[in-house]
Amino acid sequence: MDKNTLKPVLSIDNLKTHFFSRKGVARAVDGVSFDLTPGEVTGIVGESGCGKSVTALSVMGLVPNPPGRVVDGKILFHQKNLLDLNIKELRKIRGAGIAMIFQEPMTSLNPVYTIGNQISEMFRLHKGYNKKQALDAAVDMLDRVQIPSPHKRVHEFPHQLSGGMRQRAMIAMAMSCDPEILIADEPTTALDVTVQAQILDLMHRLKDEFSTAIQLITHDLGVIAEMADQVVVMYAGQVVEQAGTRELFQHTLHPYTRGLLASIPVLGHRTRGMDEDLTEIKGMIPSLYDLPAGCRFSNRCPQVMDKCKTHLPELTEMGGGHRVRCWLHTKGTTL
Amino acid sequence: MVLLAVSFICFLIFRFTGDPVLMLAGKYATQQEREQVRIAYGLDRPFYVQYANFLGNALKGNFGKSYISQVDALDTILERFPATFELALTAIFISLAAGVLLGVVVSIKPGSLVSRAIMAGSLGGISIPTFLMGILWVMLFAVYLEWLPPFGRGETVQIGPWRTGFLTLDGIKHIIMPALTLSGYQLAVILRLTRAGMREVLSEEYIKTAWSKGLSPFTVIVKHALRNVLIPVVTIAGLSFGELIAFSIVTESIFQWPGMGNLLLVSIFETDHPVIVTYIMMAAFIILAINILVDLLYAWLNPKIQYN
Repeated sequence: MDKNTLKPVLSIDNLKTHFFSRKGVARAVDGVSFDLTPGEVTGIVGESGCGKSVTALSVMGLVPNPPGRVVDGKILFHQKNLLDLNIKELRKIRGAGIAMIFQEPMTSLNPVYTIGNQISEMFRLHKGYNKKQALDAAVDMLDRVQIPSPHKRVHEFPHQLSGGMRQRAMIAMAMSCDPEILIADEPTTALDVTVQAQILDLMHRLKDEFSTAIQLITHDLGVIAEMADQVVVMYAGQVVEQAGTRELFQHTLHPYTRGLLASIPVLGHRTRGMDEDLTEIKGMIPSLYDLPAGCRFSNRCPQVMDKCKTHLPELTEMGGGHRVRCWLHTKGTTL
Repeated sequence: MVLLAVSFICFLIFRFTGDPVLMLAGKYATQQEREQVRIAYGLDRPFYVQYANFLGNALKGNFGKSYISQVDALDTILERFPATFELALTAIFISLAAGVLLGVVVSIKPGSLVSRAIMAGSLGGISIPTFLMGILWVMLFAVYLEWLPPFGRGETVQIGPWRTGFLTLDGIKHIIMPALTLSGYQLAVILRLTRAGMREVLSEEYIKTAWSKGLSPFTVIVKHALRNVLIPVVTIAGLSFGELIAFSIVTESIFQWPGMGNLLLVSIFETDHPVIVTYIMMAAFIILAINILVDLLYAWLNPKIQYN
């Protein structure tokens, strides 16, 4: 699909979500911008605590408040800024226009209701179906996510299903009202590898079927390589690199992204004596309360320069939609 | 098994707590008269014979006759049972309804002034002893405001073997204060339990899911959160219901409520062993029965548990 011909369905523009606590202000999301395009998968990558999930929650309007609050920016969904909507208008979009699935299928389904009940809730709420219609629609959805004997499964409770089944049920629920955007927050992290592949396959198929824009949050670059059309790499609340998937893997620019790629274990390396240890990015992600003055990666960067420690680089377009936030690549500085 | 143990222990205890013969024969009886009484009631026989007799009769539903009124002990207690049961039922209803409601309010807006007032009140509910609370209610509603009658059960209606106070306005007026008094402690406990449960459940992943579906706050809180919180709350409420029935003694004596607790108190003063023993057996039976009911209810609320 040609990216330029399709209008983005969701544009996040300079989003800032901060958490206010006694320790100070944690800038969990600090000026993040990217677009989601129909039928495309946008991968958001980064370590835990880099602001991936908070970005997603900001889109849904589900940032726990207090202590969190979106302080600046725009989230445009069909030219409407979601941040300006009141709670009633937002609720109509949640589930129907933008749906979300979570990491842990074990805990993201309510243990005391059957999955049929939880899926039909979507149809009753957003489509006004009655009980019978909604349950039939739920059976239909379970069938679409390839759950065997959906007529029987629809009356079962989450604990009666396996992890993979639960995630399928969760996807069925999220996709039930044909949302334009699906936000998947680490949807396969908690699953077995073989099940992971099945779930990713399923998401891929549904995406084409419904031409949904998927925002896939993960820390697994393997999943990204498999699924994503474009990738947004986040570090400490900011986008550090953004490009088409192939471009990113072939012409990695940011030292952080390179570090991430290098820390993927390669099968057979150790047994052939090629690598003594796994490569890692040295040091810890900085506390959001106490960020470095310049580039946020400067305290861990292997190629750090003096300038990096005092001045924060801008996210700079390098051509072909490849953008990077690094002094190594930002020529003609504003200094 | 439990009932057997309870019967043995209370039988044993009453061997050493006062001689009923003194009471039965009267203060001025001669030694000879006392011996006659002792033989007549079988109190001269060895302990194990007495106990075996008691057990044998108890299995047939015969718990002996009250020493004082010469009426069947079980009948005496059962006659008083409706009064106590209605009082306990009203009390548990008040504490469940108000406790859960206030608990939810407190958990949704934890920092607000209303929540803080409720939490302070609940601390009072836990720490003020029942008799003081009862007397305070009487002062407020009966003495100053003169809205509610201070004692008794008021007008009742007899339906078959059951004498109910729920069907007359007078009866309902009479039950309010005792029920409030009896419910005070449970209300505070249930409130705190609900609050703790809600706090935990509201941070669960499936609540995030529920919000992300676009559900209304009411549906999220009542359908998705509260149902999960109710599992432990109902367990506690159910178990305490048994206790309320069995041990509403203090409340009943404050309000001169003609229930089982009041009967027990009188029987203790009069060393009326058959009634006391029967009462304790009844109490054990009620608590056991309610335990079983709670287990069944628990299975119904929590789909992860199934009894075959």
